[in-house]
Amino acid sequence: MSVSALTIPVKKTFSLLLFFFMSFFVLMSAAQQTLASEVSAEDSLADAWNALSKKNYTKKAKAIEVITQQNPSEARPALKAMLEGQLYYAKRGKALYFLKETDNSYVFTPLFDADSALEPIVQENRRGFRKVKVNNRLRSMIRQFLAVLQLTHEDANIRLSAVQELLKNPDADAAGLMENTVEKETDDRVVAAMRTLLAVIQLENGDEAAQQSAINTLADSLNTSAMNALMAYEAPTKALQNKAESAIQKINDKRDLYNKMETIFFGLSLGSVLALSAIGLAITFGVMGVINMAHGELMMIGAYTTYVIQLLMPDNIAMSILVAIPAAFIVSGLVGIAIERGVIRHLYGRPLETLLATFGVSLVLQQTVRSIFSPLNRSVETPEWMSGAWQINEVLALTWNRLYIIFFCLAVFAALIAVMKKTSLGLQVRAVSQNRTMARAMGVRSKWVDALTFGLGSGIAGLAGVALSLLTNVGPNLGQAYIIDSFMVVVFGGVGNLWGTLIAGMSLGVINKLLEPWAGAVLAKILVLIFIILFIQKRPKGLFPQRGRAAED
Amino acid sequence: MIKTKLKKLAIAAAVTTASLASTGLAWAEETIKVGVLHSLSGTMAISETTLKDTMLMLIEEQNKKGGVLGKKLEAVVVDPASNWPLFAEKARELISKNKTDVVFGCWTSVSRKSVLPVFEELNSILFYPVQYEGEESSKNVFYTGAAPNQQAVPAVDYLMNDIGVKRWVLAGTDYVYPRTTNKILKAYLITKGVKEKDIMINYTPFGHSDWQSIVSDIKKFGSAGKKTAVVSTINGDANIPFYKELGNQGISAEDIPVIAFSVGEEELSGLDTKPLVGHLAAWNYFMSVESDENEEFIDAWKAFIKNKDRVTNDPMEAHYIGFNMWVKAVEKAGTTDPSAVQKALIGVSVPNLSGGYSAMMPNHHITKPVLIGEIQKDGQFDIVWETSGLVAGDAWSDYLPGSKDMIADWRSPLSCGSYNVKTKKCSGQNY
Repeated sequence: MSVSALTIPVKKTFSLLLFFFMSFFVLMSAAQQTLASEVSAEDSLADAWNALSKKNYTKKAKAIEVITQQNPSEARPALKAMLEGQLYYAKRGKALYFLKETDNSYVFTPLFDADSALEPIVQENRRGFRKVKVNNRLRSMIRQFLAVLQLTHEDANIRLSAVQELLKNPDADAAGLMENTVEKETDDRVVAAMRTLLAVIQLENGDEAAQQSAINTLADSLNTSAMNALMAYEAPTKALQNKAESAIQKINDKRDLYNKMETIFFGLSLGSVLALSAIGLAITFGVMGVINMAHGELMMIGAYTTYVIQLLMPDNIAMSILVAIPAAFIVSGLVGIAIERGVIRHLYGRPLETLLATFGVSLVLQQTVRSIFSPLNRSVETPEWMSGAWQINEVLALTWNRLYIIFFCLAVFAALIAVMKKTSLGLQVRAVSQNRTMARAMGVRSKWVDALTFGLGSGIAGLAGVALSLLTNVGPNLGQAYIIDSFMVVVFGGVGNLWGTLIAGMSLGVINKLLEPWAGAVLAKILVLIFIILFIQKRPKGLFPQRGRAAED
Repeated sequence: MIKTKLKKLAIAAAVTTASLASTGLAWAEETIKVGVLHSLSGTMAISETTLKDTMLMLIEEQNKKGGVLGKKLEAVVVDPASNWPLFAEKARELISKNKTDVVFGCWTSVSRKSVLPVFEELNSILFYPVQYEGEESSKNVFYTGAAPNQQAVPAVDYLMNDIGVKRWVLAGTDYVYPRTTNKILKAYLITKGVKEKDIMINYTPFGHSDWQSIVSDIKKFGSAGKKTAVVSTINGDANIPFYKELGNQGISAEDIPVIAFSVGEEELSGLDTKPLVGHLAAWNYFMSVESDENEEFIDAWKAFIKNKDRVTNDPMEAHYIGFNMWVKAVEKAGTTDPSAVQKALIGVSVPNLSGGYSAMMPNHHITKPVLIGEIQKDGQFDIVWETSGLVAGDAWSDYLPGSKDMIADWRSPLSCGSYNVKTKKCSGQNY
C-alpha cells in the first residue's frame, strides 16, 4: 500500500511528460507517414509483382490483393494470363513476361512496356523461363477479380457466369457495382442472378423493409448462396423470422421435387447403359441360346475402336464419335463372327463347354489388347458437344453425355427391332431360333444365319463399347465390369425378349439409383442382386417370358 | 510360308531359352538373385508392370557398376496375375525354389497380407513400395511406401490450414486401405474440432463407373456455405469416371477440390486431363520434382524403356530407395543372409529423388518428405506445398484407439512389431 501511495505523484508528473512526448511523436510520425506511405506503396507494389515468381502461395495471395487494389489496369491482363498459364518469369532477373505460343516458336513479351530494356524474346523452347504457378486459391481470387470486369461483357452467358462467380462470395462492393448495371441489363437470367445477389447483400445490411423484400426475392431463387443467406439470417422481428422460415420451406420443397427428378434421370441413364450393354447379349444369349462370356470383351473392342478412330482423326474429335459408331459395329461384329465360326459352332447344344470356351476367348482377347495397347488405360476424348450439362435451373442439370447415351440406346433398340421385324434376316433369325429343323426344311441356311446373328449381337456390343468409352476407362478390363450386369438384365427381362431387356435395364437402373442414397453404392448393388434372385424364384422366365410351343422345351 | 516362319520362331525361342538356362546354370554360383513379384496380367497389371520394369532397370544399372559384393545381380520375375492366393504361391516359389535373397513386390494390401506368412515362415525379405494403411510391422517386410501419417494426415492438414476447408467428404473404394485410412482421418479430424455432421463418408465398389448420384450428393453437401473438399481413397480405375462426372456436373477444383492418394502420373498418362486440372494429389514424389537425382532417374528410365513419353511415379521412387537401401545394407553386412541384412537395413540412409536422404527406421518404415501437387493440363503435377522436413513413417496410427500405444522396434532387445508402451508387452500380433 505505502509504496503505491508514494508512487502516485511521481507517476502523475511522469505521465504528463509522457503526454507531451507522445503528442510530439504523433505529430512527427504523422508527417513522416504521409511521406513514407507513398514510398512504401510503390515499394510494396513492386514487391508484390516480384512475389508472383516466388514459391510461397500465401505471399502470392497477398501480392495479388495488393496488385489488384493498387494497379488494377496492369493487373487485368497479367492475372488473366496467369490464370491461363501464360505468365512467365525469366530465371535470371525474375522479370515477368507474357508467353505467346505459335506453331514452332515461343514469344515472350515483357509485361511492362515502359521497361525499354526488355524486348520481346523469340525462342524455340521455353528454356530460361518459368511459369508463374497458380493454385486453386489464387485461381478463385483472380476469377473473382476478373468477374467484376465481365459484368459489362457483351455476351450474356459470360455476364451470367460473372454474376454467379460473385454470388459464391457476395460482398458489398460488388453489390454497389451491380445496382448500376442491373438497370441496364437486358438478359432475364442475368437480371435474376443480379437481383439474388443484391437481395443476399440486403438481407445482411439493409433495413427491415429492405430485408422483407430481400426475403421475397430469395424465396423464388434456387441459388445455394440464397439458401445459405436465409439459413444464416437472424431476423430482428418475429414476423420476419416466420417469413424467412416459410421461404426456406418453399425452397426446400422445390429442391426436393427437382432432386427426385434428378434421381429418376440418373436411374434412366444408368439403365440405358445397362440396357445398351445387354441388348447384344439378348440376341446371342436370348435368341441363340449361346452363353457368351466374351460379350464384355466385344464391348471392349468397340471402345478400343473408338480410341483408334480418335487417333486417326485427331483434328476432328467432334466427328470421330460419329465415325466410331459404324466402325465399332463392323469391327466387333467381325470379331464376333470369327468367334462363332472358330469356336462356338462346334459347341452348339453343349452350354457348359460353350461357357468355358468363350470364357477362354475372353481371356485371350484381354491379353491381346494388353499386348497391343499396353495394360494402361487409354483415354477417349469427350467431344465438346457432349461435355457439360444442360442447366435447367440452379438445382437441376442434366449432363449432356448421359442424355445422348439415353437417346443412343433408344435408337439402337429401335433399329434392332426394325431389323428383326422388317428384314428377311430378322425373319430368318426368328425362324431359326423358334424351330431350327423346320426352318432348315424351308430352305433357310441356318449356319449362315447363326453366324450373322452372332455378328449382329457382337456388333451391338461394339456400339455399347462406344458409349462406355465416353463414360469410363478404356482398358483391357472394361468388359469384365459389365458382363455380370448384362446377364442380370437379360435374365430379369426374360430370355429371348428384346423389349424385356430394355424395360429390365431401365427399371434396374432406376431401382439402383433410388436405393443408392440411403443404402450406399455397395449395398444398393447387393440389394438389387437379391431382388433379382427372389424375383427369378417367383417368375423363372423373367419379366416377359416367351410364349408358344417353342418356349416349352 | 507362315508355317516355316513359325518353326523358325519356335527354334529361335528354344535356343534362347536353352542358352538362358545354361547361362543361368553357369552363373548359379556367382549371382545374387533378386525376386520381382509384380502382377503382369489381370487387373493390377496396369500399375505393377511398370514396377517390374523399374526393378529390371535398377538391377541392370547396379550390374553396370559391378554388382554387389563382387557378384552380379540376377532378376527372377514371376507373374502372380493379380490373384491374391497366387501371390503366396509365387512368393514361396521365389524363396524356396529360385533361392532369391530378397523380393521386391506387391501392390495391393491384400496381396501383401497374402504373402506375409510366407516371408515370415521362410525368413526372407520383402520390399513393399506402395502407400498403404499402416497398422502393420513385420520383421520380414520393409515398407518404402507412405504410411497414413506420411500422406493422408499431412494432406488433410494442408487443406485445413492453407485452403480453409471446413467440411469433408471421405470417399473411397470399399476395401481395407480406404476403410482404415478413413477411420484414421475421421478420428484425426474430430481431434481437430470438426463436427460429425461436417464429415460425409462414402464407399463404392471396385471399378465403380456410375458416379452420378454420388457426385450430386457431394455437390449438395458442398453447397452449405462452408468450404468443402473431397479426400479420395478411390482406387485407380474408378477415378477417371469420377473426375469426368465432376467435370460434367460443373464442379471445379476451385469449388470443391479433390485430393487423391492413389492418382499419380502413371494413372494420368495419356488421359484427357482437362476436367482434372487443379485437383490435388498427395505423394512423397512427383515427376516434376526439381533435383539432379530425379533428372538422372527420369533420363535413365526413358532410355531403359525406350519411350520418351513414359512417366515416373511415387511407387517407382519407393523401389529406387528400397533397392539402394538393400544394396547398401548387403555391403554393410558383407553377406546376403536375410537375418544379417534385416539388422543392417535399420539405420541405412540413401538419397531419395526429391533431393534429400531417406533413412530406414527401426519400425521398418522410412523417412520421406510429403508433397502436394495440383494436376496440370499435361498430366503432370505442380507442387503447391511440401513439408518442411522429412516425416518418419508411423507403423501404428496415433489416432486409433487400438493402436495409439503401440510402437514397432525391430532392434534388439525389443525386437517387436507391436509393442504396447503402456502394458510393456509385445503382443506378437504384427499385422
